[in-house]
Amino acid sequence: MKEFEFQSATTVDEAVSLLAAKGDQARVLTGGTDLIVQLREGLRSADLVVDVKKIPELMTMSFSPEQGLRLGAAVPCHRIYGDKDVAVAYPGLADAARIIGGWQIQSRASVGGNLCNSSPAADSIPPLVVHDAVCHLAGPGGRRTVKASEFCTAPGKNVLQRGELLVSLEFPPPAEHASSAYMRFIPRNEMDIAVVGAASWVQLTAAGDTIEKASIALAAVAPTPLAATEASSFLAGKPATSETFAKAGELASQVARPISDKRGTSEYRKHLAGVLTQRTLAIAVERARG
Amino acid sequence: MAQAESHPRKYKVIGTRPVRHDGADKVTGRAIYGADLRLNGMVHGKILRSPHAHAVIKSIDTSAAAKLPGVVAVTTSADFPDLQDKIADLGEGAVNLAHLGANVLAHGKALYKGHAVAAVAATSPHVAQEALSLIKVEYEPLPAVTWVLDAMKDDAPLLHDDVYTKSMGKKADKPSNIAAHIHFEKGDVEDAFAGSDLVVEREFKTASVHQGYIEPHVSTALWNQDGHLTIWTSTQGSFTARQQTAELLQVPISQVTVVPCEIGGGFGGKIAVYLEPVAAMLSRKCGRPVKMVMSRDEVFEATGPTPGSSMRVKIGATKDGKLTAGEAWLAYDAGAFPGGVIGPGCMCVFSCYEFPAARVDGYDVLDNKPKTQAYRAPGATQAAFACESVIDELAEKLGIDPIEFRLKNAAKEGTRRVDGPVYPRVGFIETLEAAKASDHWKSPLEGKNRGRGIASGYWFNIGLKSSAAANVNPDGTVSLLEGSTDIGGTRTSVAMQLAETLGITAEAVHPKVVDTDSVGYTDVTGGSRVTFATGLAAYEVGRDILRQMCERAAILWECDAAEVESVDGEFKTKDKRMTFAELAGKLSQTGGPVVGRATVNPEGPTNGFGTHIVDVEVDPDTAKVTVLRYTAIQDAGKAIHPSYVEGQMQGGAVQGIGWALNEEYVFDGEGRMANASYLDYRMPTALDVPHIDTIIVEVPNPAHPYGVRGVGETPIVPPPAAMAVAVYHATGVRMQELPMSPPKLWAAMQK
Ligand SMILES: Cc1cc2nc3c(=O)[nH]c(=O)nc-3n(C[C@H](O)[C@H](O)[C@H](O)COP(=O)(O)OP(=O)(O)OC[C@H]3O[C@@H](n4cnc5c(N)ncnc54)[C@H](O)[C@@H]3O)c2cc1C
Repeated sequence: MKEFEFQSATTVDEAVSLLAAKGDQARVLTGGTDLIVQLREGLRSADLVVDVKKIPELMTMSFSPEQGLRLGAAVPCHRIYGDKDVAVAYPGLADAARIIGGWQIQSRASVGGNLCNSSPAADSIPPLVVHDAVCHLAGPGGRRTVKASEFCTAPGKNVLQRGELLVSLEFPPPAEHASSAYMRFIPRNEMDIAVVGAASWVQLTAAGDTIEKASIALAAVAPTPLAATEASSFLAGKPATSETFAKAGELASQVARPISDKRGTSEYRKHLAGVLTQRTLAIAVERARG
Repeated sequence: MAQAESHPRKYKVIGTRPVRHDGADKVTGRAIYGADLRLNGMVHGKILRSPHAHAVIKSIDTSAAAKLPGVVAVTTSADFPDLQDKIADLGEGAVNLAHLGANVLAHGKALYKGHAVAAVAATSPHVAQEALSLIKVEYEPLPAVTWVLDAMKDDAPLLHDDVYTKSMGKKADKPSNIAAHIHFEKGDVEDAFAGSDLVVEREFKTASVHQGYIEPHVSTALWNQDGHLTIWTSTQGSFTARQQTAELLQVPISQVTVVPCEIGGGFGGKIAVYLEPVAAMLSRKCGRPVKMVMSRDEVFEATGPTPGSSMRVKIGATKDGKLTAGEAWLAYDAGAFPGGVIGPGCMCVFSCYEFPAARVDGYDVLDNKPKTQAYRAPGATQAAFACESVIDELAEKLGIDPIEFRLKNAAKEGTRRVDGPVYPRVGFIETLEAAKASDHWKSPLEGKNRGRGIASGYWFNIGLKSSAAANVNPDGTVSLLEGSTDIGGTRTSVAMQLAETLGITAEAVHPKVVDTDSVGYTDVTGGSRVTFATGLAAYEVGRDILRQMCERAAILWECDAAEVESVDGEFKTKDKRMTFAELAGKLSQTGGPVVGRATVNPEGPTNGFGTHIVDVEVDPDTAKVTVLRYTAIQDAGKAIHPSYVEGQMQGGAVQGIGWALNEEYVFDGEGRMANASYLDYRMPTALDVPHIDTIIVEVPNPAHPYGVRGVGETPIVPPPAAMAVAVYHATGVRMQELPMSPPKLWAAMQK
């Protein structure tokens, strides 16, 4: 591993100016569970590493049923599923937070880091997409927002500009009769990266038998996490039955455009996208019914 | 020489479960592994590895690396003696030293991705790493081949221009990737097939898998100013490591001391040297101790996987379930250098059964992978996957229960294996009877998408050389020195045999694995031989001590030594008796200390058989296999320490499950390994396997005083076949390819 300089910023402005000065040779450090591994293995290099965990705004998690959730970019996963209100309001996000690594990783790894690392297989991104999360960014030119669904641009790449930092993620307040779920397929029961991941969010009618609105997003089936919009719009107004889930699964499978690699073949991944869509829809509906 | 026990004996120590002698050190983290070693003035070595799977090395320029501040030595193969055509006998077989040397540091050509090309020593590992990036290597990439059948084609890229197929003692006339062809035959095979009521023939293939030891290779060398070389290393055989290193450096073996550190797993992969000669050369150049530790990707990319294979097995039987004939065609890859494990594969493929006629053809095939190494019952697991799958299909087609079918044909005393040897008393039938009587087999498996499989497996125990010595302490304890590095708890199982012989407790023996200057020559920890052969040495040490102690008692008692008897830890004559400890306390009055010693090289190695039962459930949508229940049954001859026997059976079963389900080397289009990490090389985790139940069968080995058969290797042999049968019953698909990973099984289920 190459030597690098380490700085701990205490304000967003300080972090931005440190980052802006070094450009692409500066990296933000939150949990470090991607970054340190990548630096050690020579997959990334940095002259400057800026720790942002001392910036209060990045470590804050606040939730109210009226305002929704504000999740600081550096909040570690265990705080998400460890907070009962948050876990109940955003179950798909909690599902992902519970399976990112083991508990040692979860005590460091953040959803912000998971998003900024921008792996197509990242577990928390499909839940961010189906929960309509918005990213708050700060940079040399001030602050701006980007939808989570538009954040990633290619494997390992995203919309962040030179000197820019993800500050927090904002989630709309939980809707009535709505819930979500996230699942991934891995060949083992631990220590694996998603071969395919799927998140489903549904809102049911008060009677609980019909889907009013739905949103589906997939991981590891395209260069970026993918919103399955055809499947999502198909579901609106449909009965919440296994036949409906199966049809949505087919539609989700059709938009998947995975590659074949050491983790699975393209054909198999397309098939899994359908299976996991069906399974997460069933769980989300079950949860929405309460 | 040891005498067989003619009647079952009651043991005091053997068969009990004392706390292991190295337990406290290991659970407190105090045991010294190779990576724990720190010496004054020590520097750190790193290896530059080929990024290409196959390339001519046109030039290596190390000048910039040598100038980097902190760098103290640089080496390439040019620094090593030229070993053209030298052959050395390294215990387990003859080794071509030029090939061994070229594997340690490439000679003219890089033959696999990760092949060592140059090395650097520097004051810190980071400086050494940086120095590697300053070495300029000019490569001319060549086409690569990583699948055994492709490598056998006439137009395949040729790895070596000096390897000619050896077949039946003859050498071919042009170079080939097929390094050897083996042929075994017994009976009239054509005739026997013609007389069969049913013949099943199937093709199989298996991927390369790695031994997956948790501890990476690590070695530290100090080439002292007086010319003496000391190497601290993680090895299965300190004496063979010494010999290989001395041969590669062309120094006398007496100039080299190998100190074996604790070892974090080997499974056959820590017999060949990789780092030892390089660390030694770097140390010679800089005059300081040089420590080298591999990273995990280096372990995967440059050390011993076990062969990928292509196999065809054809077996015939009569209507009433008697096997008539067998034919096997096995091609195993050897990796970059000849000498893979096709030999034992050919010997084991039909070794569980009585075949009136059989024929086996085997091929040792070069391709652009790391040189394959032994892995727990090397070559037998692939072969058993093929043979046992066909046996199961035959039983099904004949409508005979798979255990009954095996019982009708099981190898027993007097059965002649296809390669010649005739079995002495073996316990295969007993493992099948135990399987039949097991709770697992008798409990019906219920539920959808579930299936049960059963398969058997065989492995030899080799004998080879072991030495041991022991000092009797005045307090009645005994210090035991041995040369077998302890991988599976053998300190304790060897010490227990000495304790039993002397009639003292296991705790009263203090075993120590010592360096190559401190004990007689001892072959590798491998071939399931340590508890058998080093145990035999300990027994002989015990007899030597007892004989001397009887003489000492005779001095005290002023009688003839022949009148003194030693029974159960006591020395007695008609009217006198003394305990072992009492006499030990009086040795100084009778002439001084007593030291026992022995060296053995047992003939008549033995054989181990096992039978495994497994239940699985297969997710019909994702093809993910869940192992629900697993029982491993094995003939241990006599289980010295049953917990360690169970541990070996469980460990082997788990490795076999990994091999069956997800482990494989994945290569990219250029022949480079694409999954050199534990993330993507998927060994089972604790969450992926159930508790492995064990049933130990004891049919004493007539060639060992306590009846021991080695148990370390057989347990990896049956699992892939048993898993494939279970998957078949769960899905209706007979998988003829390993691993049965979800994408592959799913694709097969679609057909
Ligand atoms: C053993 C292990 C298991 C793992 N298992 C999983 C798993 O199951 N699923 C999964 O999805 N991932 C997994 N990961 C990967 C990793 O843990 C996750 O991606 C994690 O969420 C990353 O968060 P972090 O806070 O550690 O990010 P870091 O490593 O600190 O940062 C990740 C990247 O994002 C950048 N970055 C971080 N924060 C910001 C910010 N606020 N603004 C701008 N850029 C930023 C960093 O510079 C870096 O490039 C695993 C990793 C390990 C080591």
